Amino acid sequence: MSSYDRQMEDLPTGFGKVLAYHWALTLLIIAASSIGFLMLFSVADGDISRWAQPQMIRFALGLTVMTIMAFIPIHTFRNLSFFVYLFALVLLVVVEFAGNSSKGSQRWIDLGFMRLQPSELMKIALVMVLAFYYSWLDRDRVSKPLWLLPPLILTLIPMALVLRQPDLGTAVLLFAGAVVVMFLAGVSWWYFATGASAVAGLVFAVFYSKGQSWQLLKDYQYKRIATFLDPSNDPLGAGYHITQSKIALGSGGLSGRGFMQGTQGRLNFLPEKHTDFIFTTLAEEFGFIGGATLLLIYLLIVVFCVASAVSNTNRYGALVTLGVSATFFFYFAVNMSMVMGMAPVVGVPLPLVSYGGSAMLVLLAGFGLVQSAHIHRPR
Amino acid sequence: MRWANDKKLKPKKLSRRAFIMLGMQVGLMGLLGFRMRQLGVEQTKQFRLLAEENRINLQLVPPARGLIYDRLGNIVANNTPLYRIQIVREQAINSTQVLRKLSDIIPISEDEMAQVLDNMAKRRPWVPVTITENLDWAQVAAVAANAPSLPGISPIVGAYRNYPKAEEFCHIVGYVGPVSDYDLSKIEDDDPLLHIPRFQIGKNGIETRAEHALRGKAGIKRIEVNAVGRVMREIDNKASEPGKNLQLTVDTELQSAALERISDESAAVVLMDVQSGDILALASAPAFDPNKFVTGISVSDWKDLNENEYRPLANKTVSGTYPPGSTFKMVVALAALEAGVIDANEQVRCTGSVKLFGSKFHCWRRGGHGQVSLVRSLRESCDVYFYEIAQRVGIEKISEMARKLGLGIRHDLPLPAIRKGLTPTKEWKRTVKGADWVIGDTLNAGIGQGFTLASPLQLAIMAARIATGTAIDPRLINTVGEDLMPVKGNTPLDINPEHLALVRRGMFEVVNGARGTARGSKITTKGMEMAGKTGTSQVRRITKKERASGVIRNKDLPWNRRDHALFVAFAPYDNPKYAVAVIVEHGGGGSKAAAPIARDVMLAALEKDDTGYGKLPSQKRRTGDPDEQTPQTPLKPRDRA
Repeated sequence: MSSYDRQMEDLPTGFGKVLAYHWALTLLIIAASSIGFLMLFSVADGDISRWAQPQMIRFALGLTVMTIMAFIPIHTFRNLSFFVYLFALVLLVVVEFAGNSSKGSQRWIDLGFMRLQPSELMKIALVMVLAFYYSWLDRDRVSKPLWLLPPLILTLIPMALVLRQPDLGTAVLLFAGAVVVMFLAGVSWWYFATGASAVAGLVFAVFYSKGQSWQLLKDYQYKRIATFLDPSNDPLGAGYHITQSKIALGSGGLSGRGFMQGTQGRLNFLPEKHTDFIFTTLAEEFGFIGGATLLLIYLLIVVFCVASAVSNTNRYGALVTLGVSATFFFYFAVNMSMVMGMAPVVGVPLPLVSYGGSAMLVLLAGFGLVQSAHIHRPR
Repeated sequence: MRWANDKKLKPKKLSRRAFIMLGMQVGLMGLLGFRMRQLGVEQTKQFRLLAEENRINLQLVPPARGLIYDRLGNIVANNTPLYRIQIVREQAINSTQVLRKLSDIIPISEDEMAQVLDNMAKRRPWVPVTITENLDWAQVAAVAANAPSLPGISPIVGAYRNYPKAEEFCHIVGYVGPVSDYDLSKIEDDDPLLHIPRFQIGKNGIETRAEHALRGKAGIKRIEVNAVGRVMREIDNKASEPGKNLQLTVDTELQSAALERISDESAAVVLMDVQSGDILALASAPAFDPNKFVTGISVSDWKDLNENEYRPLANKTVSGTYPPGSTFKMVVALAALEAGVIDANEQVRCTGSVKLFGSKFHCWRRGGHGQVSLVRSLRESCDVYFYEIAQRVGIEKISEMARKLGLGIRHDLPLPAIRKGLTPTKEWKRTVKGADWVIGDTLNAGIGQGFTLASPLQLAIMAARIATGTAIDPRLINTVGEDLMPVKGNTPLDINPEHLALVRRGMFEVVNGARGTARGSKITTKGMEMAGKTGTSQVRRITKKERASGVIRNKDLPWNRRDHALFVAFAPYDNPKYAVAVIVEHGGGGSKAAAPIARDVMLAALEKDDTGYGKLPSQKRRTGDPDEQTPQTPLKPRDRA
């Protein structure tokens, strides 16, 4: 009897799967999304059909996808990992040549019923392919330089494509997700120490190159960094987003101005009020308590994922679970830092809450993998 | 087998690293929570205030500009409703179709339509775009009646400045125009109204000088807006305070008569009440239509005005300065009399020229006047007599007398570009010209040539001061709102009344004497006799050669080389009421070109005065006993010989 067969024997079947389903995680996801519906209703000034309703429909779709995926054995996804990655890569190439341009960057493909952002899909696909690689790779070889090359190549190709769009935020998130999976897979500390120094060097180079002939970033990106460091010196121009969102956050106080009572978001002072900056409306209307509640829900989601992963002896399942939860973490950490003026404005949505199709569907699919890994973990 | 081996190691290692990662994540989340608390709880007050400022926008309600009346209560400047048609893109839905429908009701050209569509495309969908302005009421009513089939179209009532008298008051009242960046940089005024786009402020004349009184105070409307400035609702509204109305001292009828009389010339007329200093007419020709400036003058119109040789834009009454010529002789005569260097009977012999210090100075009459006394010298405008007495009295005393009579000083009228003119002194020549004063300069000054310069206003003031013996100051505004502007300078001049009487007698002879230079412009009506003085000031130098072969006559010279014609006068001689000064640029001789104009304007004022017409309603008649005014039927100016 192979180890594979032995694993299969222990797995829950039929109704047992429903019992093994991670209900707590599902409820937390529904809670976070519900906060999103409320906020979308509020920023649309009480117009449910504008954002809240389409978001609910998409969430229902996403939840169905997640549940279906949960009942499919995790090894099926493991076997599909590389194909999913290839598919996402092809889409990224397609968007490069045929994608629609939005705000100066090419990010999505119009499918008619929704706009597909291949870069969002790639976040999960990259986690899957790296988890697959490390679950396949012999443990002894993990830190060998030669075996480090494939995951780096797998990461750098989509990163390069995303940077070309150009979408700095997603590129950084892709890289962070990949680094986390490699770290969890047991790649030697030395590589991370070296990598960190290299990044520090690169940051120095980026700033040093400004104004030189070999300038590394675009002017608007430097401007965003400069604005991030001191938004007050350009309050109506580059610093407008951050200043306005800080005003909204600050004016919320401890318990907020009350549902539908916020002025900043409803009166359009906030940019992207229904997408990237939706957290500010939450903080304005429900104050610190509202913001902290969402943060707590996010924390619990991450903790449950980690708890599920550490008790999972299936290497692929554990790595995918941690990778998805890390990606999820990066989403909200970067978004919240951004709206609170702690990070540059890079265009990352607040997961499960911001209005948007691709990110929500892909994220729920990711949680489908987590659920599947949880249900089908070896006992 | 591999799985079995791995089983011992794998869970341990993965969980250690997973917990490290979780630790970092929780730490970061703690940081986020801390930041949230910091922003949300600790700095709430400050951010609430900022949010409030963001939300509430103050909108200024422009006040109605003060009206301007003449002394009779006629409107000179008012505000006319301006009907505009606006379109709002997001309400119109199909803008092109709506515009086509609209063009069936009011005329809109294809070009205009294209421009409106272009403007709309550039702006946010709820910003109103003006389709057309200056519609009449019937057109607006037609549009309003068709409103249901024209979504997004709305008629707007605004106000623009209108000058019903158009040309008559252009130089006095001036005009308004939209405030420009240049204005903002120039004016020290922090009135927020100035920052309203296209807010109209005075650009010339009284509109500029009385801007502060005319403008009024802005009302304030507090409105809630969103980030892009769209109005959500009005919170409260404080009404604006309209500007003050002004009443001028100018009499529209006399002003019209004066302007009409000089309309073909480049000329100026100032008519003044000698008792109160009220300026009854202040005409500068050619005039222009100030209404053209209000909505923005076209390039071709501007070019026409700006390149016209007759300078219609200049207010020649206060901004034009000319050598006063022989009209200056009263100043020289009074200076000499006051200094005691001559007396009334002293005779000077005129042979047509006088040779002094190696130079020859000519009298206008080639053959000379023979024995000349003071009154005769004025009557016949003998130059040699004044060379002699100017030399005796000296330039300092002449200029001092000139300033006493209102020349060479800036009179405070609410008009822009008031020129000071020039009464030269030795000191002045040394500092400005860098040369010493020579006796020839004094002789030239004696006949009002050389450096001396005076504006028509100053000459009228001079005539008024000689007529009354008071230091009367001009007055152009009668009331500002409810406030009556005081009469200034109504105090006796420090001049011997006998000397003044003598000079006045000379001026009487100029007009009424059989050999007077202005005898052709005599007013024959009893009790209205005019006293005046002609002046012809050279704008070129007459060479020796030309003098030998005979001075070229004015009509044979190009226009801009001809002499300026001047005339100053007051009337009636024995009970002075009005003073007048006329200058016709390059008009030739003062007696022929200027005196008849002065006579006609003076007569118009006197005849009007007779019917009890033309006095300020708010002021009592200052002069004359009503019984003394015998009803007469005066001759029309042009019927006279």
